[in-house]
Amino acid sequence: MKKYLTLEDGTIFSGTAFGATQITAAGEIVFNTGMTGYQEAITDPSYTNQLLTFTYPLIGTYGIVKDQNQSGSSTCQAVLVRHLETEVDNANLTLNEWLKQQYVPGMCDLDTRALTKHIRKHGTLKAILSNQPVDHDEFLHMYGVLGNSISKQPTLQHESYQVDDAEFHVVVIDYGIKQAIIEELMNVGCSVTVVPYTTNFKDIEVLNPDGILLSNGPDDPNVYVDTLPLIQELEQSYPIAGICLGHQLLALANGAKTYQLPFGHRGLNHPVKLLNTNQTIMTSQNHGFAVDPDSLTDTDLVVTAVEGNDQTIEGLALQQLPAISVQFHPEANPGPLDATNFFHEFKELMHKEVKVHA
Amino acid sequence: MPKNNSIHKIAVIGSGPIIIGQAAEFDYAGSQACISLREEGYEVILINSNPSTIMTDDEIADKVYLEPLTLDSVSKILAKEQPDALLPTLGGQTGLNLAVELNDAGVLDKYHIELLGTGLKTIEQAEDRQQFKQLMQDINQPVPASLTVHNLDDALNFAKKIGYPVIVRPAYTLGGTGGGIALNQDELVKIGTRGLSMSPVTECLIEKSIAGFKEIEFEVMRDANGDKISVCCMENFDPVGIHTGDSIVVAPSQSLNDHQFQQLRYASLSIVEALKIKGGCNVQLAQDPNSDQYYIIEVNPRVSRSSALASKATGYPIAKIAAKIAVGLDLNEITNPVTQTTYAAFEPALDYVVAKIPRFPFDKFTGADRQLGTQMKATGEVMGIGLTIEEALLKAVASLEIEPQIETSLLPLTKQTDEELSFALTHPTDQRLFEIFSALDRYWSVKKIADLTKITPIFLHKLAHIWQLKNSLGGQLTSSLLADAKQYGFSNAMIAAASGKSELQIEELIVQSNIAPVYKMVDTCAGEFASATPYFYSSFFPGENESKPLGKSIIVLGSGPIRIGQGVEFDYTTVHCVQAIQQAGYHAIIVNNNPETVSTDFSISDKLYFEPLTTESVMNIVNLEQPLGVIVQFGGQTAINLTASLVQHGVKILGTSLAGIDQTEDRHQFEELLIGQHIAQPKGATTMNLEEAAAIAPHIGYPVMVRPSFVLGGRAMAVVHNEDELANYVDKAMKAAPHQPILIDHYVAGIECEADILSDGHDVFIPGIMEHLEGSGIHSGDSIAMYPSQRLTDQQKQAIESIAIKIGKQVHCVGMMNIQFIVADQVYVIEVNPRASRTVPFMSKITGQHLAKIATSLIMGNSLADLGLEAGCAKEPAHVSIKAPVFSFTKNYLAWTALYLLK
Repeated sequence: MKKYLTLEDGTIFSGTAFGATQITAAGEIVFNTGMTGYQEAITDPSYTNQLLTFTYPLIGTYGIVKDQNQSGSSTCQAVLVRHLETEVDNANLTLNEWLKQQYVPGMCDLDTRALTKHIRKHGTLKAILSNQPVDHDEFLHMYGVLGNSISKQPTLQHESYQVDDAEFHVVVIDYGIKQAIIEELMNVGCSVTVVPYTTNFKDIEVLNPDGILLSNGPDDPNVYVDTLPLIQELEQSYPIAGICLGHQLLALANGAKTYQLPFGHRGLNHPVKLLNTNQTIMTSQNHGFAVDPDSLTDTDLVVTAVEGNDQTIEGLALQQLPAISVQFHPEANPGPLDATNFFHEFKELMHKEVKVHA
Repeated sequence: MPKNNSIHKIAVIGSGPIIIGQAAEFDYAGSQACISLREEGYEVILINSNPSTIMTDDEIADKVYLEPLTLDSVSKILAKEQPDALLPTLGGQTGLNLAVELNDAGVLDKYHIELLGTGLKTIEQAEDRQQFKQLMQDINQPVPASLTVHNLDDALNFAKKIGYPVIVRPAYTLGGTGGGIALNQDELVKIGTRGLSMSPVTECLIEKSIAGFKEIEFEVMRDANGDKISVCCMENFDPVGIHTGDSIVVAPSQSLNDHQFQQLRYASLSIVEALKIKGGCNVQLAQDPNSDQYYIIEVNPRVSRSSALASKATGYPIAKIAAKIAVGLDLNEITNPVTQTTYAAFEPALDYVVAKIPRFPFDKFTGADRQLGTQMKATGEVMGIGLTIEEALLKAVASLEIEPQIETSLLPLTKQTDEELSFALTHPTDQRLFEIFSALDRYWSVKKIADLTKITPIFLHKLAHIWQLKNSLGGQLTSSLLADAKQYGFSNAMIAAASGKSELQIEELIVQSNIAPVYKMVDTCAGEFASATPYFYSSFFPGENESKPLGKSIIVLGSGPIRIGQGVEFDYTTVHCVQAIQQAGYHAIIVNNNPETVSTDFSISDKLYFEPLTTESVMNIVNLEQPLGVIVQFGGQTAINLTASLVQHGVKILGTSLAGIDQTEDRHQFEELLIGQHIAQPKGATTMNLEEAAAIAPHIGYPVMVRPSFVLGGRAMAVVHNEDELANYVDKAMKAAPHQPILIDHYVAGIECEADILSDGHDVFIPGIMEHLEGSGIHSGDSIAMYPSQRLTDQQKQAIESIAIKIGKQVHCVGMMNIQFIVADQVYVIEVNPRASRTVPFMSKITGQHLAKIATSLIMGNSLADLGLEAGCAKEPAHVSIKAPVFSFTKNYLAWTALYLLK
């Protein structure tokens, strides 16, 4: 069965349908350059409403592995791969079967490198994946209609995670969290309570947290403008860590601005220079927006890390308050484990805070 | 850190002669490193004994010492040159061992020479099994239970304790020489004794075998600042137990999920951190196929064969970057040579798959033990790049240049019984891939084959897919079926073999069905950044063609995998040809498939096509590029063999014409040529069986020299004196290569000599006549060559010169040729090779003339006079130069020693 990817500039790519073949998808088309970790990416809520292309040509090689999902379901609009692998080693579910269960359509047998280069050249584009090519004149109308009817939202958690002999209790503000963030917090000895970002300050206060973590999540950070007062309030009371969207929101809450990158950073090989140690580490990234360095001038924010390729901001800290944030994903899954120290740094902040208040 | 300005002059140690386990990849790494250091403004002194390399070119270093790599000789050079620093980590195990010796002897201290790159303590920690094991335990990295022993009793006791099978790993030997897997006590006695005797320190590691685990390699880099990256992860097709140099290897890893992958990557980076590596390092790991458990196998704290493969697989030039790290630069300061806009501190992302297949010498050494184990036996390798594993793998198969029938049918030559096949699958040989196909052909299940071979099922599924496609090609050849087969890497020759049609018919069908390849770029970043890497591979997967024709271009065919008889010399000539083309103002395009070499470094040519050297793939490139012509005379016999079919396809061959080539290659035309010019040739004939041979031999006159006709490099030839010896030889030869004609020539006892000739089609220039130390009957590649000759009279030299000129003129040689003579009662011609020969680098270096470049200029239309060369033989120098062959015999346990015994 044929499938068509129509871009807002009129470009059409065709391929073969897989996954939920009858479903139409619409959203931003993005590419990810990771050579492993397709399962983690597909279940990462940050890809909500995006059409996810993998540059690595063989996707599905090891099927769907238990306990690797980063959220309860796949909220991306579609998955596009060069070559879908259907023979899997053990008795794992295949990617195809799983996407069917998730109602996510896929397209394979397309030139993903040509598509990637197109996105690189023209920036992130609106796209529709359908069983018929979309007429250029119809595109925006259809995109609007689809946008209203098929747009997804990540399911926000309201859960507690306990560890034995927990040193700290962290409340995570959930914008669409990856499960690995929770696991990493637990690995460093924190109990975790996850609450939706719509939760108010009082309800968080009664949880008696030692620190707050602002999670990753989908979309332009500016759509979360209503949540900024909560962050401003929280940072006055607790040590704060922000990851990805959480990093951008911390910046916005402290007077900085964000802007859209031409085609984003999505992959597992992004070099980040940590300015305090002058070390460069490899990081997992998934973001389309970044904090504008020029907007930091009159804020309390300082840059703590920059991307090695385009020098965009990868880490921030407040000078007056215990708050740190990173644009990349220190929790990995997928991606390199080089940055897990971030969780220790967060713990350090909580330690210091305990001493201050002791 | 900025580069080290306290040093100015750096000595680099090369890896010496090409042997199994240490081949052309060190020429590639060494050349890259020298160029990289000079880029940074350092004066480079190179010490390497191998004349056949690009590395020892006068343009690579400020000063080149073609001297032995011994403590004595290198000490003298260091005393004379007084360099500020020494870089030993780019010369393979040879370079490392020598650095250790120089240090122990106090030479480095004496001359205040700083050691660059990874330090000696690290090298020792990585190489000494006991220290390494301790370090791994210190940083909580799992290693299999093991014990270092210095005698057999300790080995046997330990093995009894941990249980068989055990692996024997001799200390400080190259490529695992002397090691092996012992399944029981008897085997351990045998292998342990051998290992202890081969280790220079009489030391072996006895280790719990983890045979059957997945073997994974990481190529990692670390700088002095402690930044670390993983350049490439490679997964061995074969499980632990077969040396990675002898295994099919794919990149990136295929069967690891992200969790497992990151666990192994993290382990690799932790190890290079603990070792404080400064440069490149190879880490080998074993992954349990049934759990997340892994073990560290070993670490090579230097550039290696695997790092060359990783460089070609990713486009990331490891050796070049390693050299920069050695002089103090950090990864985040070094520009990424591919993108030019980003830095070396990143990890390549691939959007294709590569497969490497080793090239074994068993076609020449038919009596040798073909079973594969922990000791490397391959002489070379080929790499295929594709969009699927199938495509990459089949392109590599098409590049192997093994017996054509195997290459196209994908099956072993001899039919095995089921029992034999089962045995073969559990006792792998060089035929492994084809034996698996043979099992699939018998409808053995993937599970059964996996149980026998311990190969990860994902790879077997891919082979099963190939087999399923091959079977369907036996039916109706529809356009969609053809398109499918092409997309999964089937060459036209393979489709022809599967369908029973001719290759030409398939070619026509492909054209009719509008099936054509596109070319994709290797850019290290999966298209994320704009790059202009001139490095391409083909795919029949429909899509965008990224290779735009260069115009005003010339295609140079490379020489494929390193094998007996066709070594790194032909890579040298290929590179020189390219340089001369560029100097003449044209674009040079290389087609080659050997990941180890300098010629497949994308910065060498204007465009590199990493493709099989077959008519089909060359024609696809010709059709796209529309070059001014194709040059075949620098790519060894590989390129020459393509000439006729390229001409048939309408390609313009630059240099000596096909007619001229045929005059020297076709036995009958060659005889006519010599007779016509009154040039003597030993009497000879061709035969297919013993009766004929026995009848012909007395007519030709004993002693006769016999050899199989197809053998390149003349391996397996012998001199026999009577009918008994003849019968013995013919019997062996027929067994080794059934249905192949045998050549019988009268054996002329005399002095063997050879000359390369250069010609513009009118006049002939002879740079010099080399004399072989051994008498006639020893293959020229196996004998010691001297220049100038020591035993020839002026008269004999004149006779050789006059014959060479006659032949050159008669075949209208344009470019270069090589002629071999025997000087006895008169001068006989035994062979003419219509191409550059293995002596070109040697003669170039001792005469100071870049012969392959001169030959290229002649091919491009210059006359000898234009180049300031006088016709005739060059004046001989006063000093004498000697080239001696190096054999890998300790590794191959050869049976074919007839060459020596019958002399």
